[in-house]
Amino acid sequence: MRGAIAGDSAAYQSFLVAVAPYLRATARRQFMRLSWAGGDPEDIVQEVLLAIHLKRHTWDQQRAIGPWIAAITRNKAIDMLRRRGRQTEIPIEDVIEQLPAEPASGAEEARDVDRMLATLNPRQRDIIRSVSVNGASIREVADRLEMSEGAVRVALHRALKALAARYRSDAR
Amino acid sequence: MRTEELINALVSDEPSTRKRFGLVMGFAVALGAIVAGSLFFLAIGFRPDIDQALKSVPFLFKFVVTLSLAVAAIGLCSRLARPGAPAREWGYALAAPAILLALAVVAELMMTPSSSWEPSLVGSNSRFCLTFIPLLAVGPLACLLLALRQGAPTHPGLAGAVAGLAASGIAATFYAANCTDDAPLFVATWYPLAIAMVVAAGYGIGSISLKW
Repeated sequence: MRGAIAGDSAAYQSFLVAVAPYLRATARRQFMRLSWAGGDPEDIVQEVLLAIHLKRHTWDQQRAIGPWIAAITRNKAIDMLRRRGRQTEIPIEDVIEQLPAEPASGAEEARDVDRMLATLNPRQRDIIRSVSVNGASIREVADRLEMSEGAVRVALHRALKALAARYRSDAR
Repeated sequence: MRTEELINALVSDEPSTRKRFGLVMGFAVALGAIVAGSLFFLAIGFRPDIDQALKSVPFLFKFVVTLSLAVAAIGLCSRLARPGAPAREWGYALAAPAILLALAVVAELMMTPSSSWEPSLVGSNSRFCLTFIPLLAVGPLACLLLALRQGAPTHPGLAGAVAGLAASGIAATFYAANCTDDAPLFVATWYPLAIAMVVAAGYGIGSISLKW
């Protein structure tokens, strides 16, 4: 993460990929503790990754990163439970066998993010989709949309912030 | 969308400027103090007998209380804005101004006759105090709340309230240099009332605007 903050994007990528399974396990544990089976832990994983990304400057590099990630995860899990309400209360014994086994890292789909994306404006949605699903580089997106690379960077950053804001307003 | 795809998008979003949150907070405190200080010197300024007052212990003691409040609240505020950062010591530090003031009140009650207690408590500037501390705190509070928006407070209302305390500490430090009531009884009665208004405002604004 230190490398990532210093601008090393390969280090950042491997950090996020490494942290995702931890978030998934935490989210699943939160769900179990609250015996709440109405949601997909992957939704939390993605929301937390977005929060880690947008708030990474609030990590004090003198400190261990674990408590920082744990606090963000807890906060977002609580938000999500508030958002969804605890509509379904099923004893854990009834669902424990249906809980999916730990899948390959990063392969899960979440639905919330698509719902949030749908509310962004078309250009923001296009840019996020291009760099995420299609794995395009900033350069390629810039060429295709006939924008400067700088403008695409700004637009991508604004789009991610807007995405986080959608999660937040959804929570109210 | 799959998680690995989202990670692609996050990695593509490189920061154009690397901000350090500590610097943001420091800047907010400095700017807030400048705003409050400008308003102070333009609107009220030092009390007329400031030369004499600087030799008086009760006058100087007011600054011990207000400055320790400002320092402890600013420290706690910047911890509350970082998820998972230990905030407990700074929370305890916040007790320091309250304990100091309580001790001073006890000392005053022991050293002065009871007939002087009431005039000392009522003072001559209570309404002015209740107006000017919140007024001087508006600038610092706005700066601190804007800085906290860059942070990630896990308890938005609490962080806003502590920002209110910090802003009040700055405001009260300036105001104390104008106020001619130096008695601990006065300070312990009216300053907290004024500060409570700022804290309430900070809590209200914080719990709405500091969510992330």
